[in-house]
Amino acid sequence: METIQSRIHLFKDMSVMLGRSMRHVSRSIDTIITVTIMPIAMMLLFVYVLGGAIQAGTDNYVDYLLPGILLIAVANSVGYTSFRLFTDVQRGIFERFNSMPVARSAALWGHVLTSLLSNVISLLVIILVALIMGFRPTAGILSWLAVLGILMLFTLALTWIAAIAGLAAKTVDGASVIAYPIHFLPLISSAFVPTASMPSGVRAFAENQPVTPIVEAVRALLFSKPVGSDIWVALAWCIAIMVVAYVFAMIVYKRKA
Amino acid sequence: MQNTIQVIGLKKSYRDLHVLKGVDLEVARGSIFALLGSNGAGKTTVVKILTTLLQQDSGTATVNGFDVVLQPSQVRQSISLTGQFAAVDDILTGRENIVMIARLRHIKHPHQVADDLLRRLGLTAAANRRAATYSGGMRRRLDIAMSLVGESPVIFLDEPTTGLDPEARIEVWNIIKELAASGTTVFLTTQYLEEAEQLANQIAILHEAGLS
Ligand SMILES: Nc1ncnc2c1ncn2[C@@H]1O[C@H](COP(=O)(O)OP(=O)(O)OP(=O)(O)O)[C@@H](O)[C@H]1O
Ligand SMILES: [Mg+2]
Repeated sequence: METIQSRIHLFKDMSVMLGRSMRHVSRSIDTIITVTIMPIAMMLLFVYVLGGAIQAGTDNYVDYLLPGILLIAVANSVGYTSFRLFTDVQRGIFERFNSMPVARSAALWGHVLTSLLSNVISLLVIILVALIMGFRPTAGILSWLAVLGILMLFTLALTWIAAIAGLAAKTVDGASVIAYPIHFLPLISSAFVPTASMPSGVRAFAENQPVTPIVEAVRALLFSKPVGSDIWVALAWCIAIMVVAYVFAMIVYKRKA
Repeated sequence: MQNTIQVIGLKKSYRDLHVLKGVDLEVARGSIFALLGSNGAGKTTVVKILTTLLQQDSGTATVNGFDVVLQPSQVRQSISLTGQFAAVDDILTGRENIVMIARLRHIKHPHQVADDLLRRLGLTAAANRRAATYSGGMRRRLDIAMSLVGESPVIFLDEPTTGLDPEARIEVWNIIKELAASGTTVFLTTQYLEEAEQLANQIAILHEAGLS
């Protein structure tokens, strides 16, 4: 009985926390620009300015480009998640919650769910714009669900990395510095051009980092192509990063709280 | 009568800095207790231990009959904390801040509670402005309003009047007196003897040697 009661409270508390930090996202023009507008601008730039000169092997370059743009959007959100967590720790908001009869994990999960929900919304907006630009996927409902699943796993993996940075950082710069290497990964991957066109050193890096198999798997799913081993490599990367980052984030969280 | 707060032999060190060296104190139900001390005396450390945010190295502390280490969730059910630095959400409005706390305390009519508290703390006119636009004194009042949500039997206020203008300080004093009059136990810290004398039934001074 008491556990059911406390479960209900946990979900209620989490939804209050989610509502709160979703407001932080929707009231930050800066976040919306970086996470949604910038990837769209990049997509427009690459398709309409550079696309004509890029040999990607698809009729419409947007068909090739979109998966990478989606991952860039998620990667761009990481710094903001760290920042929101950092601010809560610094301003004593977590301390306030911790002195209240609120489930310990609710505050942290509120941030994680916010990252997930706000990214899903921003990804949908970007896909909508791509459709207007002539993006014509052939995927059925199951493949779309698989795409959504992979993107959400990728988001969770990065979110838990962001959580470590946000909780452990001593300064605001420290909290968001984690974002830079993550921003970099999609740029050196098969997001914009096939890796076959790259010099061998760069190519070796591009092919063995998490973003390339994720991009390839999403692209294959969207166009009903065989996903091959990419999807398993992609899942392995996402899950491994997520589990390791989660464990570390929890250690830091317990020490702080 | 049983004391609402009972502290025996409380010790706490940060590495080799011995901050609390055996603190004993008792606070009677419905009274105002003032913990006086200069910067770094350990006032915030005592408050954090009593509000379950920090664990002591040794000694025992009970709040509302519950041990802070063994029964932290019962302690949290009994208390409200206004920390030394206003813990308000800058992005939310004053009203949203209070409503959020009311929801987390599972209170029936969060908006009504918020309106009442905003009025009591003189924040009605600023209720729909983001807390980031508040002055220091307004933030402090919002912070206190958030702690009054749910009418906890024990309230901790860590330097509640620091940074307030004389008028706002008297307002806060009045609120504290009202709280005690309605049976709430108030534990506050301050750096001013005059404030402690004005408000408290009981004063303890925290200094190098411990309590006096
Ligand atoms: N997390 C910490 N790590 C190391 N030392 C700490 C920590 N927190 C507090 N201290 C030290 O413990 C001592 C007591 O700190 P505390 O914050 O309890 O004092 P205070 O009486 O509240 O002071 P103030 O009036 O400035 O708020 C100080 O010397 C402080 O530097
Ligand atoms: Mg202090």
